[in-house]
Amino acid sequence: MTLLDVRQLRVSFHTRNGVVQAVDDVSFAVSQGRTLGIVGESGSGKSVCCYALLGLIPMPPGRLDGGQALFDGRNLLTLPPAELRRVRGNEIAMIFQDPMTCLNPFLTVGEQMMEPLLYHRGASRLQARERALALLEEVGIREPQRSIDAYPHQFSGGMRQRVMIAMALIAEPRLLIADEPTTALDVTVQQQILQLIADLRERRNLALIFISHDLGVVSALADDVLVMQRGRAVEQGPATQLFAAPRSDYTRQLLAAIPRGAKTAPSLAQPQALLEVRGLTVEFRSQQGTLRAVDDVSFDLQRGEVLGLVGESGSGKSSLGRSLLGLVRAGGSVRYAGEELLGKSSAQWRPWRRRMQMIFQDPYASLNPRMTIFDTLAEPLLWHGLADRSTVERSVLALMDDVGLARAHVRKYPHEFSGGQRQRIAIGRALATKPEFVVADEPVSALDVTIQKQILELLQQLVARHGLSMLFISHDLAVVRSLCDRVLVLRRGRLVEQAATERLWAAPEADYTRQLLAAAAPAL
Amino acid sequence: MTEPVDATQEQGTSLWQDAWWRLRRNTLAVLSACLLLVMALACIAGPWLSPYGYEEQNLLLGAAPPSAVHWLGTDGFGRDLLTRILYGGRISLMVGLIATGVALCIGVTWGAVAGYCGGRIDAVLMRIVDILYALPFMIFVVLLMVVFGRNLLLLFFALGAVEWLTMARIMRGQVQALTQQEFVEAALSLGLSQRVILFRHLVPNALGPLIVYTTLTIPSVMLLEAFISFIGLGIQPPQSSWGSLIADGVETMEEYPWLLIYPGLALSVTLFALNFLGDGLRDALDVRAAKD
Repeated sequence: MTLLDVRQLRVSFHTRNGVVQAVDDVSFAVSQGRTLGIVGESGSGKSVCCYALLGLIPMPPGRLDGGQALFDGRNLLTLPPAELRRVRGNEIAMIFQDPMTCLNPFLTVGEQMMEPLLYHRGASRLQARERALALLEEVGIREPQRSIDAYPHQFSGGMRQRVMIAMALIAEPRLLIADEPTTALDVTVQQQILQLIADLRERRNLALIFISHDLGVVSALADDVLVMQRGRAVEQGPATQLFAAPRSDYTRQLLAAIPRGAKTAPSLAQPQALLEVRGLTVEFRSQQGTLRAVDDVSFDLQRGEVLGLVGESGSGKSSLGRSLLGLVRAGGSVRYAGEELLGKSSAQWRPWRRRMQMIFQDPYASLNPRMTIFDTLAEPLLWHGLADRSTVERSVLALMDDVGLARAHVRKYPHEFSGGQRQRIAIGRALATKPEFVVADEPVSALDVTIQKQILELLQQLVARHGLSMLFISHDLAVVRSLCDRVLVLRRGRLVEQAATERLWAAPEADYTRQLLAAAAPAL
Repeated sequence: MTEPVDATQEQGTSLWQDAWWRLRRNTLAVLSACLLLVMALACIAGPWLSPYGYEEQNLLLGAAPPSAVHWLGTDGFGRDLLTRILYGGRISLMVGLIATGVALCIGVTWGAVAGYCGGRIDAVLMRIVDILYALPFMIFVVLLMVVFGRNLLLLFFALGAVEWLTMARIMRGQVQALTQQEFVEAALSLGLSQRVILFRHLVPNALGPLIVYTTLTIPSVMLLEAFISFIGLGIQPPQSSWGSLIADGVETMEEYPWLLIYPGLALSVTLFALNFLGDGLRDALDVRAAKD
C-alpha cells in the first residue's frame, strides 16, 4: 500500500541573485516495507524535496510553488503547523548525516530518547526508560544499561549514528527518511549501519526514503530509485532495471564516474628512491596525555611513483602527509633526494618548499577568500622568484591552462567558483613552483562523483606531464586503486601492509586490509 | 597588480565589494552614515562659519532661550550654544576616532601575534591583557589625568589604552580560528614568511568582526570622554566637548533646559547613528549571509 505519494512538487528559493528552482515538478511514491533511493549530486534538490514535505524549509527564502504530498491520505503541504509537527517525529522520522550536530550534548542519550514518550505519549519514566533500553539493544549498542546514561560525545561516530536511529524509531514512525546517514562514516562502519537500516526496515515494515550521493550505497538498499539533477527527476524506476539499463544520459554519466577497476595508465615509477622515510613518529601532546598519531612508519617512494595511503579516520594518514612537508613536528628520519629534512629550521626549509607541495581536501577552506585567482597563483611565483612583475601574468595564465581553468576567470574570487573549479585552482597553486613531489590529502573526497572523476583525470595527466611523484591520501579504496601504483595501509598510526596495488587487491595479507576491501566492494 | 587587464577577463566581486553592496541596501545604516557625515562636516566647518566664537562671552545677554539670533540659545555667559556644540563635537568626535584608532592598532597587532604564535607567547600576551582587564580602568584614567594634568593628547592615549584589550581578544580568537584553515597551511607549505602569512592571509580575513566592534567602540569612547568631562577631569572651559556641555547643562537644568537638551541630543543622535551603522556593517560582513 502506498504510504507517501508526492505529486508534482515544486520548491524554489528566492535570493538576491535570482530565483533557484530547487525542486521542479518531482513526483515519487513509497510504500511500507519498500525503499526509495533518491540520488543526486550536491545542489540537485534531493534533500530539499524531503525537507519540504516536513515543513523544514526556511520560508523565505524558500517557497512552495505547487504539488501535493499525500501521507496516508492527508496532504502534508497544507497541514496546519501544529498537526504537521505531530506527524513529524510520530509518523515520519529523519536521520541525518552528522549525528553529533543533531544530538544535544548536554543531555544523556537516554533522556533525549525518552523525551517524546514522556511529553507526547504520557508514558511514565520507567516505561520510557525500558522502551529506550530495548531500542538501544535493537540498534546494536553494546551494554545499553550503561550507554543509556552516557553523553553523545562518549560514543564513536558509528555508535552515535546508531543512537540517532534509535531516537528516530522511538515513536514508532511508519516512514523513515535517511539523509546521507553513512557519508560521514568509515567504510567498515558504513557497512554495518546500512545492514542495520536494512534489518530494521524488514522487521518493522518501514517505508524508507534513502537520500545519498553514493550510487553504490543506494543500489545496495533501494527497491526504487529516483535520480535528480538540478531540481528535476532525470530518471526513476525499479533499482535493478535502472542500474542495469540506465535510460538517461545523466544516470549513465553518474554510473561511469564511479571509479572501478585497476589503474589504466602505465606506472611511471623509476627505480630510484625520491623519499626514504624511516621510523617516522608523530605525537600530539594534550592534557589527557600523549597521542601517537603516526607510530614508527617506514617506506620509500620512487621517483615518478603515485603512492596511495589508505586508512580510516583517525588512522594518522593526514598527520603522516603533513609531517613529510614539515607542517607538523615529527621524529624519525625523512630523507628527500638524499637530504635529511626533519630537524630543519623554517629558514632551512625554504628552498625545499619549492620542490614539495600539498593539495588539500576542502577546496572551500584551502583558498584565501579575499584573494583573486590571480593573486593566489601569483603569490608562490613571485615569492620564490620564478617570475617577476612583467612575466607573472603570462605564467599565471599558463598555469590556468595547465589545470583546465578558463583564462577569463583570472580576476575572480574563490567564492565565485564551484567546488571542482576551486580544487583546480588549489592544484594550480601547488604546481606553481614546479614541484617534483606532491602530497594530495583526500583531494577528491569533498567533490561530487562526476567532478571527482574529472579531477582524478587531471591529476593523472599532471603526473605524466610534469613527471610528478605523489603521495595520494584517501579513505576511498576504489579511487586509490584507479590512480596509484603502490598502496600503504595505515591503521591507528601503524603501517599494516604495503604492496603494489593489484597485488594488494588480489592477495591482501593483513586481516585489516581484507576487512577494508570487503567493506568497500561495490554493490553495483 | 597594475598591469592592464585583458579585455576578455571578467572582473570578480570581492567579499568587500559584496559587503559594501549589502550595506548600501540597508536604509537605516545608509541614513546613519549620512547623518554622521553631516554631523562631522558641521562640526568641522560650523565653528568657522558661525558669527560667534566658542569662547566669546556676552555677559549682558546671559542665558537666553533659542531665538533667531542664537538658534539654540546661549549659556550663562552669553556664549552661543550652537557654536559651542559644534566646537565640542570636534573634540568628542576626535576623541572617538583617535582613541579608537589607537585601540585598533594596538589591539590588532597584539591579538594577531598572540593568536598566530600560540604557545608561550600567546600565554604571556594574553595574561597581560587579563591583568589590565582586572585593573579598574576608570581609576587608571582618572589617576593619569590627576597626575599628568588635563591634557587632550593624554586623554586620547588613556582612552585608547583602555579600549584595545577587547580588540586584542577578538583578534586573537579570529586569528586562532583562521590558523586552522587549510589556506594558511597552504601558505606555510609554499614557504611564505610568518609576516606575510600574518598580514596578507590572516589579518584581512579577521577584520570583519573587528570593523563592527570598532563602530561600537567609537560611541563607548565618546561616552567615556563625556563621563570624564562630566566629572570635571577632561575638557575644561572655555573649551567644550559634548560631555562637558552636558555637565554644565545639568547644573542649570531647571532654569535653562536647552543647555542640557541640545548637547544631549547631539550626543545621543550620534551614538544612535554609530550603533545603527555598526549593526548594518555586522549584517553586511556576516560570512554566512555572504554565502547565500
